[in-house]
Amino acid sequence: MNSTIVFAQLLNGLQYGVLLFLLAAGLTLVFGIMSFVNLAHGSLYMMGAYFAATAFQYTGSFGLAVLAAMLGSLLLGLALEFVAVARLYRRDHLDHVLATFGLVLFFNELVRIIWGSQPVFLQVPEFLSSAINIGGFSYPAYRFAIIVVGLVVAVGSWLLINKTRVGMLIRAGAVNPAMVAALGVNIRLLNATLFAVGAMLAGLAGAMAGPILSVQSGMGESVLITTLVVIVIGGIGSVTGALYAALIVGIVDTMGRVFLPFMLRQVTERSFADAAGPALASMLVYLLMAVVLAWRPQGLFPANR
Amino acid sequence: MTTRLTPFSYRTTLAGLAALTLAGASPLAAAATIGIMAPLSGPQAIVGQDQVDGFMLAVEQLGGKLGGQSANVLKEDDQLKPEIGGQIVRKFIDKDKVDAIVGLSFSNVLMASLPRIVESGTVAIATNAGPSPLAGAGCKANVFSTAWQNDGAAEAMGKFAQDKGLKKVYLMAPNYQAGKDMLTGFKRYFKGQIVDEVYTQVNQPDYSAELAQLQSARPDAVFVFYPGGMGVNFIKQMSQAGLMAKVPLYSVFTVDGTTLPGLRDAAVGSVSGAMWDAALDTPENRKFVADFERKYKRTPSEYAATAYDAAHILNIALGKAKAGDAKALAVAVKAAGSEFKSVRGTFAFNNNNLPVQNYYAFETIKSGSNVVGKLVATPLTKQTDAYHAQCALK
Repeated sequence: MNSTIVFAQLLNGLQYGVLLFLLAAGLTLVFGIMSFVNLAHGSLYMMGAYFAATAFQYTGSFGLAVLAAMLGSLLLGLALEFVAVARLYRRDHLDHVLATFGLVLFFNELVRIIWGSQPVFLQVPEFLSSAINIGGFSYPAYRFAIIVVGLVVAVGSWLLINKTRVGMLIRAGAVNPAMVAALGVNIRLLNATLFAVGAMLAGLAGAMAGPILSVQSGMGESVLITTLVVIVIGGIGSVTGALYAALIVGIVDTMGRVFLPFMLRQVTERSFADAAGPALASMLVYLLMAVVLAWRPQGLFPANR
Repeated sequence: MTTRLTPFSYRTTLAGLAALTLAGASPLAAAATIGIMAPLSGPQAIVGQDQVDGFMLAVEQLGGKLGGQSANVLKEDDQLKPEIGGQIVRKFIDKDKVDAIVGLSFSNVLMASLPRIVESGTVAIATNAGPSPLAGAGCKANVFSTAWQNDGAAEAMGKFAQDKGLKKVYLMAPNYQAGKDMLTGFKRYFKGQIVDEVYTQVNQPDYSAELAQLQSARPDAVFVFYPGGMGVNFIKQMSQAGLMAKVPLYSVFTVDGTTLPGLRDAAVGSVSGAMWDAALDTPENRKFVADFERKYKRTPSEYAATAYDAAHILNIALGKAKAGDAKALAVAVKAAGSEFKSVRGTFAFNNNNLPVQNYYAFETIKSGSNVVGKLVATPLTKQTDAYHAQCALK
């Protein structure tokens, strides 16, 4: 365990965290501001990856693929809001869960009908396909690109929410939608826009994850659960909280996977450490969530309203 | 209640029931009913779909008949859930009165379905699994596998690494039973140093942390078992980290027809252990691969090959055994194992009804714009599994 490894693992954690943030940003806005539980957020992420893969197949350009993923999931988000989600705002959370879980199943089968059961191919763009040497350690350049994109989105969404008129309306709508509507703002349109922007961010996350992950039916589920953990830790409705929490979860998960089995081996038998290490490591983020819920139920960085 | 069934009336009732059943079945008397059970939804759907497609391709080639009788094939999706597998098997046996069950999904589903199959005596051919209990003391006269004993391919890679004279190998697999079995299989034949044995979470998407550890360990090679999407994730990320050129990648059930469309160039240079690949150059295999690609517009995987073979075995066996005699059919299936021409070359059923077959090493290479397998070695010839001696069957 030298310092280069620790640094490389920190970088891995940071990159994983940033990817989680791309998903969490959209989810926390929809959840926190519209009070809508959207389990289908993972499906929008999956659709983003598929849109990107398809666009890449036809154009061969990764830039266009990302653009197609964002545009595609934005439109899909709008359509989804209009067809299903808008009817559910007034219902309780259990109905949200039921309806959006149905959407998860629907989208999983839909991609299988359209694209087939085999994973589809999405490649890292040529100019990012090399590995960068950090102190004798090769690290994929594409992972740096993910970090950059994530940070740009973080800054962009902070500016949108805190410095623009739309952002102000969004914050106002979260506190008292009836009053905002009474002042002549089309709250319906505002909600639709917000949902679509969340969908677009999920699509962007899918497109960015596509080259490193297997693009296939059901790819959104595992990451959705971690994303829910992130928004609970960060404080529901807080984009800043989502960023910090995503980075914490990314780093805790990565470090746990690497160092927990290693540390267990120092104190217990090898075979036990090999079996218990990964199991404990996979529990780590949930333990973290449980501690946060017990200590600060509103999350570590709740939204200021 | 004073009326009791005497043995006589009991027998009469049974005979009456049998007559009724026969009368009901008579219009279909010349049909063979086969039930296929496979995972047809969820992340592993492609594995099940390949089995169904491989089987149906063989039936189509045989003119829609098996053993001269028109084949009626029923398909059911077990969703990779043991309890659903058990229900499907009961439905096949009790309601559909199938002559044989094919597929049987993954080891966990197969083991859960086993009791009813054994009790009924219905012939069952697994095309995706060969768990060690079934290969050893728990072997059954009416349960076959045209796939493999689960350790086989990993043993071949262990032998391959040993033959190559590698000194230090790094092992990785998901943290569940099959993962542990694969690494055990590898270690059975590899006698060098195991640098580290890493178990990752099942369905883990990101392997960057583990890859950094692998890189710093500097082994002669890494051996992995990452089926399905896990394999696509792992190999893409390993390739992007520039590790493919530094650490040779050996794998089983990771690079195959189900994952190559998502991997392409990323898998080039890796070596896979398997009992079959589309690249195997036998006349039967060339025909199988060409026909499959023509019909389904994709390259078949080993799961399609095992089901295709199962159909050809049933074709011979159903032609010999008397209709409705499950015992005779089991005997005929066992004999047919050495009579039919398998797409994988040499094949026979061992005493435990699992395959005696070769295990090959295939290197993934670039051929024009395609990425294909290339036979580089045959580490294990006519391999019998490590458990067959514990099986009481002859």
